Amino acid sequence: MAEVCMPQAGSDRLRAKAKRASHRAWSFKSPRYSRAQRPPQIPIHLPSLIPQASPSIPEHHGTGYDLTNSVFSPDGRNFQVEYAVKAVENGGTSIGIRCKDGVVLAVEKVITSKLLKAGANKRIATIDRHIGAVSSGLVPDGRHFVSRARDEAASWRSVYKTPITTKDLASRMGGYLQAYTLYSSVRPFGITGIVAGFDSELELPVDGQVGSGPSIGSGGKVEGKKYGGPGLYMIEPSGMYWGYYGAATGKGRQTAKAELEKLDLAALNLSLEDGVKEAARIIYVAHADNKDKEFELEMTWISNLDGPTKGRHQEVPKDILEEAEKLAKKYLEGDDDEDTKDDDKPAEGDAMEE
Amino acid sequence: MNHLPQAWGRPRDDVYGAYDSSYLQGQSHGPTQHTQSPVVTGTSVVALKFKDGVIIAADNLASYGSLARFTDVKRLRTFAETSVVGFGGDVSDMQYLDRLLNSLDTEEAYGSAGHTLNAKNLHTYLSKVFYKRRSEFNPLWNHILVAGLDGESKPFLASADLLGTTFSAPSLATGYGAHLAQPLLRKVAPDEEAAAQLTKEQALEAVKESMKVLFYRDARSLDKYSIAVITKDGIDLKENEKLEKQSWAFADQIRGYGTQVN
Repeated sequence: MAEVCMPQAGSDRLRAKAKRASHRAWSFKSPRYSRAQRPPQIPIHLPSLIPQASPSIPEHHGTGYDLTNSVFSPDGRNFQVEYAVKAVENGGTSIGIRCKDGVVLAVEKVITSKLLKAGANKRIATIDRHIGAVSSGLVPDGRHFVSRARDEAASWRSVYKTPITTKDLASRMGGYLQAYTLYSSVRPFGITGIVAGFDSELELPVDGQVGSGPSIGSGGKVEGKKYGGPGLYMIEPSGMYWGYYGAATGKGRQTAKAELEKLDLAALNLSLEDGVKEAARIIYVAHADNKDKEFELEMTWISNLDGPTKGRHQEVPKDILEEAEKLAKKYLEGDDDEDTKDDDKPAEGDAMEE
Repeated sequence: MNHLPQAWGRPRDDVYGAYDSSYLQGQSHGPTQHTQSPVVTGTSVVALKFKDGVIIAADNLASYGSLARFTDVKRLRTFAETSVVGFGGDVSDMQYLDRLLNSLDTEEAYGSAGHTLNAKNLHTYLSKVFYKRRSEFNPLWNHILVAGLDGESKPFLASADLLGTTFSAPSLATGYGAHLAQPLLRKVAPDEEAAAQLTKEQALEAVKESMKVLFYRDARSLDKYSIAVITKDGIDLKENEKLEKQSWAFADQIRGYGTQVN
């Protein structure tokens, strides 16, 4: 292991070693590569010598900084995480819409084979009872994400005897994904996950609680007080997460985001029922860039306690889903007539088949 | 079975004689084992099958010995919108089982088919939990009734207790109810055929009557109770019922203990 040398400042031993190393094939200046037995590559940023993809954003691919997770490039980026984002950008579009009385999740599932059973192979999962999760990118990574989220929710319950809030789950999952950017022995998640939930507006009893506690005074109830509400978070491979009014990821994210922005979700005027219709429409619009492939729409929702799902995360009922899809198709046809009169021949062909 | 939860699962004194505690050589040996006897307890649970389903009831009292300590304790717990479990015995163990059922319910719903456990499966599960715990000499100090529908959507009612003992009948009751309610319920449903003829109204009347008799005669009972009717249409659970039409008017006719006239 002579080639493994940790830098020790002012060490004679080190200097002697450097001398010995100097006539070897690889450079002493690169202890990391010598450890990994790689051919010599000097990971020093020399912008003038390296061909750049664009003049404004320096590209460091091929300089060695992108070969290992958790390695900073000279300008402080983790390329492995950025490559994971590219896996996300190829995945089916997923969106989430936060409405005034609930949240909607929708995903575009590209049909890769006619042998796949319709309605099977669900991509949106339930966490605890009141939270839904969907992701774009590597499907197995999405499953792992859901599995971890369920464990986190269960562990939260066992400690606090109450359901985890959407915000706390997003925080824990953000922490989990971030941990996979810290070590060279693991890889980042190839997904961007959307987590949506409705935290109960009631003062919840703790699990297993008997009796109702004092009705007045200290520890008593505040009449008419509302807690909780809808929550929507999106977590990226870096572990970064934000709360959103509307979130989109996957192949059609640009189109979907543009459509989401038009809805003015921040004003909280959109009802859950309208949210379902908009979600279906946005998935259909986002798919328009990818017309040659068939897709299936999967959609779930979570309402408040007075709403259709009573605070639970559930699939959107078949009749409501079909109605929303019908409206989405109608919208697209109208769109085609107005915008793309000359080159919409294949689109009409598609419509005839349906 | 003795109606006192403290005696559940112990050898009967009238059969085996009192336990000779001199073998223990004083109480200072070993730790105090609080899990080995119940503290806060619920009394009887009664249940009856009828034509379309099952009715189950339990009062809202948790006793601390002879102190009626907690008077709004709900001892009927629903599971997966298809079954109801009625708990007698230790309330802290009931809370543990409630959490266990909650996590089972959550994980069960994760499957792509959704909930698949019916009342029969649930009873099997719970009886195995009880039997494992008693085999570790650390029992869950409860006697429970599981009411709901079985795999063929037929009325299902069965019992499980701290020993892992299970049995089933058209009517069941735990604790004092086994002595007082069962004879009354057996009058309306002596066998499965008779239970299958009962209407919901008849069954409700019989269960409510049993709850009233228990309040008259069980010193650990309360006149506030919970009652659930489970049918194919779902669970109708009422948690704040009050006993009606009690008969106390005769009491002022009773004077003295024999010869006293007024």
